[in-house]
Amino acid sequence: MKLILNEEQNYLKETALSFVSEKTPVSHLRGLRDSDDQLCWDKEIWSEMVKLGWSGILIPEEYGGSNFGLTGMSVILQECGKTLTPSPLFASGVLGATALTKFGSEEQKQKYLSKIASGELTTALAIDENSHHNPNICELKAIKDGSNYVLNGKKIFVVDGASADIIIVVARTSGEDDDVGGLSMFLVESDSSNLKKVKLDMADSRNYANITFDNVSVDETMILGEIDMGLEPINEILDVGRIALSAEMLGSCEKAFEITIEYLKERKQFGVPIGSFQALQHRAAEMFCEIELTKSAVMAAMQGAEENSNDLQRLSSLAKSIVGETSHLVSNEAVQMHGGIGVTDEYDIGFYLKRARVAETILGNSTFHQERYANLTGF
Amino acid sequence: MNDLENFRVEVKDWLDKNCPSTMRAGAPADTPIDEVWGGRKAVYKNPDSKLWLDRMGEKGWTMPTVPKEYGGGGLNKEEVKILNEEMFAIGARAPLLSFGIWMLAPVLLEYGNEAQKREHLPKIIKGEIRWCQGYSEPGSGSDLASLATKAEDMGDHFLVNGQKVWTSYADKADWIFALVRTGPKEPKHNGISFLLIDMENPGVSTKPITLISGKSPFCETFFDNVEVPKKNLVGELNAGWTIAKKLLQHERKFISNFGLAAGMGSKKDVVSLAKKHFGEDEGKISNPIFRSKVIDHKMKEHAFGLTLQRAADEGGKASAVASMFKYYGTEHNKRRHELMVAASGVNGLAWDGNEFDDSEKNLTRAWLRTKGNSIEGGTSEVQLNVISKRVLELPSG
Repeated sequence: MKLILNEEQNYLKETALSFVSEKTPVSHLRGLRDSDDQLCWDKEIWSEMVKLGWSGILIPEEYGGSNFGLTGMSVILQECGKTLTPSPLFASGVLGATALTKFGSEEQKQKYLSKIASGELTTALAIDENSHHNPNICELKAIKDGSNYVLNGKKIFVVDGASADIIIVVARTSGEDDDVGGLSMFLVESDSSNLKKVKLDMADSRNYANITFDNVSVDETMILGEIDMGLEPINEILDVGRIALSAEMLGSCEKAFEITIEYLKERKQFGVPIGSFQALQHRAAEMFCEIELTKSAVMAAMQGAEENSNDLQRLSSLAKSIVGETSHLVSNEAVQMHGGIGVTDEYDIGFYLKRARVAETILGNSTFHQERYANLTGF
Repeated sequence: MNDLENFRVEVKDWLDKNCPSTMRAGAPADTPIDEVWGGRKAVYKNPDSKLWLDRMGEKGWTMPTVPKEYGGGGLNKEEVKILNEEMFAIGARAPLLSFGIWMLAPVLLEYGNEAQKREHLPKIIKGEIRWCQGYSEPGSGSDLASLATKAEDMGDHFLVNGQKVWTSYADKADWIFALVRTGPKEPKHNGISFLLIDMENPGVSTKPITLISGKSPFCETFFDNVEVPKKNLVGELNAGWTIAKKLLQHERKFISNFGLAAGMGSKKDVVSLAKKHFGEDEGKISNPIFRSKVIDHKMKEHAFGLTLQRAADEGGKASAVASMFKYYGTEHNKRRHELMVAASGVNGLAWDGNEFDDSEKNLTRAWLRTKGNSIEGGTSEVQLNVISKRVLELPSG
């Protein structure tokens, strides 16, 4: 496994950087927030991303994608993270595309994958039921009723769930609340009757929803994968998502750090740039080291996914845990080192702090992934 | 078969015939580590150590990438990789540990003149001459450029007077590469030269230093009217600081790799120690608070290992990255030893006697020894300064 990008991946990364620098600087997110945009992302921007082929990167060619691999997708998200660019790319292009590519029937793939690639529809993955990510627990039930399944329960904090056309929902089809063997996935159209979405207003101004299923009836052709397929295959989707999200978070760390270093060079107190003070220099240098370690962990996880590493679960948890801790450190230090303006809304650095914390919780925070890594390793 | 495949067959065959069985994996580990440093004063308890060194030295494979005219192996990168893989496959021990190889040789290749390369490189490669490093002085630690050991121009030779400190293995070394002041009136960085000194010269003496961990390879080295031939000046007069900095990068890289490698290969793993002393609960370290510290530590170690790998994959550029590895590797190694001591309870603080086993007593010494890792070769604080200035380009204070 080589921990470097190839030429095409580097090109993709550069293209993404120029796109987000030009089209979606942080002021873009600020504008959506200030206008109280209910979508929390911009349709024009999304259609431009689709035109660049980003939505189809994880989708096989026969279904309209480019099958370019998770590293390619991740480096795009890394650049999106630099300007906190909101879009359904993660929920739809990563989670939805992966779930359908890995587990979809031929008919489901024909029906949905090309539309994900073309941006005609977006998806969301509904998995969490509590304030902490814990895919082992699932109370939402799907009970067979003729050729249908009837879903009852509630999913919370569904990323891009407020706008998704298709909700991929993890439901219990057998066993008790913590029996990981009795889990199945269903594709549910978001305009189904008895499905209620409530948009969440979160600190990072992105798109999330709580979704209640009150006797939602789903045809059995909408089962994604096998009935009672259990958590293991679902975890394959989650790990791809964790790796891609780690890349986005890494991008945000890199940029928040860069902005802070620039500020240390410009800002003068006592007649000198504050960056000449050793108290700040050493903290900056320590952050540099942490970011370098984080880059390596994220790179190893991306490349591990490309090569179907049998250590992928551990690499995914390593990446998500380390990037979570580094975001925590960098976002806090970034605000502190900016001093007074760091805590004003007018200045962008606060957006990085808010996004960092929310992203840390998505698909498992650092402690979740430390525990998982430790159990997988035998600590 | 292509050339590389042929080469692999040759290497395999050669190792098979020439690597003594006691130098391979599975051999009883009773060969003292000191035995493989070479030099005029070397004493070999196991004659195979000498045999293995001589055979590898003859091939130039102790420094496989150095051109053959200087005694090296003359191999390209792919061939070196094959050599390493084949040595690894049979668990062959490194034939020679050497500051000459790790530090001086790269500098001689870059800054030495033709005569110096031809004289010194073959002896380094064959392990005939053991080198030590004369950098720090009692008054010049982090501020190394303030060094005061002087070398006066006496026409046909330099006359060296002064004292070095922290010279590892000076008492066992044959030659020393030293930084000396040749331009007392120049600004401090511009008055330093890089000099090679035969320690058999009259006026050179050494004295070992005892550390908090007990006996150590460190010495003080004294120069009392030592005459050094002019031909032993490496690079230009008063241009030694550039060479010194370059050499420090090699040293930092070595120390950080060493710390990590030692950690990964060690039987004294923090996880097994914690399980042994705290007990296990369904395969988990039973003390949950300590376990969480171990997890955090091991994950950082994993990420650091990946960072070393990434740096290698990127082609090992950027000197400041060496500072990062030195800083992080040594600080991490300190934390690792603190965790091992904490995991072992009172058994992690044994000093001597028969109530504790050797691995416990060694752990105490090793833990104390790591305190020096983040001081020697540039303190952690100096490494952070280097990162601030050279990578982050933050302004000087």
